[in-house]
Amino acid sequence: MSILEIIRFAFRGLSINRLRTFLTTLGIMIGVMSVIVLIAVGNGSSKAVQQSLDRLGTNSIQVRSGSGGFGVRARSVANNTKPLTVADTVALIDPVQAPDIKQAAPVMNANATCVNGTSTSTPSTFSGSWPSYFEASNTSIAKGVYFSNDDVTQARRVAVIGNTTATELFGTDNPIGQTIRCGGIPFTIIGTTTIKGSTGFQDGDSLFLAPITAVQNSLTGYQPLSSIIVEAKSAKTTDAAQAEIQTILDERHKVKTSSSRDYRLFNQATLLATSSSSSKVFTVLLGVVAGISLLVGGIGITNIMLVTVVERTREIGIRKAIGAPKRAILSQFLIEATILSLVGGALGVIGGFVGSHFQIVGVKPVIVPSSVFLAFGVSVLIGLFFGGYPASRAASLRPIEALRYE
Amino acid sequence: MQPVIDVQGAVKRYGQGDSSIYALAGVDLTIQPGEYVAIMGPSGSGKSTLMNIMGALDNMTAGKYFLDGIEISSMNENELSIVRGRKIGFIFQSFNLIPRTTALANVELPLAYQGIKSAERRMRATKALEVVGLADRMQHEPTELSGGQQQRVAVARALATRPSLLLADEPTGALDSKSTADLLDLFDQINAAGRTVVVITHEAEVSERAKRVIRMRDGKIVGDTMNSGRVA
Repeated sequence: MSILEIIRFAFRGLSINRLRTFLTTLGIMIGVMSVIVLIAVGNGSSKAVQQSLDRLGTNSIQVRSGSGGFGVRARSVANNTKPLTVADTVALIDPVQAPDIKQAAPVMNANATCVNGTSTSTPSTFSGSWPSYFEASNTSIAKGVYFSNDDVTQARRVAVIGNTTATELFGTDNPIGQTIRCGGIPFTIIGTTTIKGSTGFQDGDSLFLAPITAVQNSLTGYQPLSSIIVEAKSAKTTDAAQAEIQTILDERHKVKTSSSRDYRLFNQATLLATSSSSSKVFTVLLGVVAGISLLVGGIGITNIMLVTVVERTREIGIRKAIGAPKRAILSQFLIEATILSLVGGALGVIGGFVGSHFQIVGVKPVIVPSSVFLAFGVSVLIGLFFGGYPASRAASLRPIEALRYE
Repeated sequence: MQPVIDVQGAVKRYGQGDSSIYALAGVDLTIQPGEYVAIMGPSGSGKSTLMNIMGALDNMTAGKYFLDGIEISSMNENELSIVRGRKIGFIFQSFNLIPRTTALANVELPLAYQGIKSAERRMRATKALEVVGLADRMQHEPTELSGGQQQRVAVARALATRPSLLLADEPTGALDSKSTADLLDLFDQINAAGRTVVVITHEAEVSERAKRVIRMRDGKIVGDTMNSGRVA
């Protein structure tokens, strides 16, 4: 009998047991889909963390006030912490004492809501700084211009805003040249930054940058700096630059031992290492969950396949009794199992791709190609084995044994 | 004349050593073409085992079996499937139709396994169903048919391959008296057309129709008589 005929038999077999066909396909589909989506979520979150760190630049170092660790800040203030000042920043830009530092910029953070007519926006980053901040923080201009050193000296109320802030305030209108009020103070927009995208934790485009003098004059007053951002000459000299910062600041802040430092350094390279190792743990965790769901899916498939063995074994007995060769029976059941696993697997892959288009708890999933092949391959093999094995066992029985099978 | 069935010294043993049980303890049986034979005996007498061996559904522990002069007892599984499909039509007590499949598709099935083309298959299956009087029930599934009708579908399935031998294992065991009478008429008709028919039964009503009655007990043939009333 021809292979076409056997394929027709297989399709008839599947259409006869519609519920079984549906459940098996569904089981395979869910297994494949969950593996793809979960691994994509893990991968997406680690990608997001990495991107946000890459964006900051690996050769930038942040200096913050305080002696390290969470919740120690209040105590260190009491312990006579010297605030970070613009003078500290200037001291760091010293080609003799600090040959590995390219530039440094003071950062003054504020919290303010900006208003344009009836639209409002509260940028998650609202900072005053120097023009060198842009390069040190890897921020570039999409439209308009950067503010200049002259703007800083003159304390001009000009600002560069991010895409999210621009959209919230101006919609699709061109914001350049417009004046907005932030915390009641008017600022003229002179530029917008290129889109950075979400970091997974914070919207990188919810941004407002102005000359530090303008922010101090109008909003924050002359309190200590929030931080100093330092750019090393290259990623390789980050460590050297870090040592130079410590030498200069230890001297200026009269720090005697390294444990009593009243400031902290954040190197992007170390942040990168920490966060990528933590996101690796996250991905592994999700991978384990996905693996379990694939296993459960596989057990489901196995179960459905085995439960039908009694019914199918009798049927195989009947077919053999009326002259079906073993080869024809085996091919039919293997084709049935193949159709089930391939269709279920393909639907799962489609489901996985569709599911990965949605943001899941703030993370944009990024599909890992190998996970698609792994999930598809494993479920198809499970389907083939547990669909094919009982059938092959039954096909080898003598007809009378198959007919008596209970 | 070459016999259709020639069983020599058939032994079927279940189990090993002391606990083994003989379902067949050495049976010799010859059936000539065109005979109508009833095999009778109490349960456990080995009649079903003999029937399954004759139908190539089961194997023997010892002995030889020739069907149409060909030795079946030494065949491999692949050759056996051809014999089952072409030489033998088997009818079971429990009908054994493929569930959720129409009567026509059930009858076509053995023809499909022989590689017969779709058009001829349909024609032969339709004809077989007409012979058993089910021309108007061809598209019905087994659950939509009565027991008698299901058994007639099974007969049609057995006849569609034009086998030399029709074997029936308690074919009327699950039927009412009206259906039993219809089925027995059908067997008469089939036998009258020249086909060899072997029926297992413990109903006198069935064995009366046969031309030859074989009685079994404890795995042996204990009686082999001609039904004089029917020989005419």
